[in-house]
Amino acid sequence: MEKIIFYILSAVILSLSLMSVLSRKLLRSAVYLFGVLTAIAGFYFLIGYHFLGAVQLTVYAGGIVVLIIFSILLTHDIDHQMPTPDWSRVAVAGALCVAGAVMFVQLLQGSLFSRVEAPEQSDLNTVGNTLLNPGGGGYLLPFEVVSILLLAVMIGAIVIAKQRHSVDDSSPEKQAP
Amino acid sequence: MIPGVSLIEILTVSTLMFFIGVYGFLTRKNLITILMSLELMLNGAAINFVAFNKYLYPGQPNGQLFALFLIAVAACEVALAIAIVINLYRKIKAVDVEQVNTLKH
Repeated sequence: MEKIIFYILSAVILSLSLMSVLSRKLLRSAVYLFGVLTAIAGFYFLIGYHFLGAVQLTVYAGGIVVLIIFSILLTHDIDHQMPTPDWSRVAVAGALCVAGAVMFVQLLQGSLFSRVEAPEQSDLNTVGNTLLNPGGGGYLLPFEVVSILLLAVMIGAIVIAKQRHSVDDSSPEKQAP
Repeated sequence: MIPGVSLIEILTVSTLMFFIGVYGFLTRKNLITILMSLELMLNGAAINFVAFNKYLYPGQPNGQLFALFLIAVAACEVALAIAIVINLYRKIKAVDVEQVNTLKH
């Protein structure tokens, strides 16, 4: 049963990500990306990491995709069609990616990972204790660094996106024909 | 682990997803779609972390935490990129990479 679900999920992930990359409509491409991220959250649930799946759903599928769709709607009209990329670029990129994918999958087939049989410790208590443990094997310092990063990004995003009233309001009108 | 599914199959899926992202990154010209391809690549890497944690080190949650940090950093990156895109659109009314050359001068 889990096997069938895994195959369905991976088919959804691969086909939707391909459609997201190939679609010429911008908004549709974002919706395909939403499908990919939700399917990945389903994969995390399937593998047994429920907390990670929930975080993936809320932050990625709930936050990032909404942010992307917002920016698309702010900068384009709804049925904006992107021009098809020129064939030389498509050929070079496609050949590069197919070659890379074939090489990596070939390398994977030859590798023997010895699966470790150990007691499962993936419940939320273990995750929380490891995340906030200042001692050996703990992740308290990266946790704090990420919190500082989030604060810095918040301030930076406000500063970058802020409307500047003094100088820049006049300059686009001068350049306009 | 998922019964009946080997690690190789999960890694194959994440590899293919990563290279689909690379293809989008190379062919797209719109900044927002480039950002979306970047998300695909990041998610392929996160799947790798989770799969290795589940199959090779099931006693420790380290890979899971790496995926968590990756999601946090991706959220930061998208927030900044969206701010830059909005600002660019306000200045030059375009978000194509070929028209964005205001940092050149």
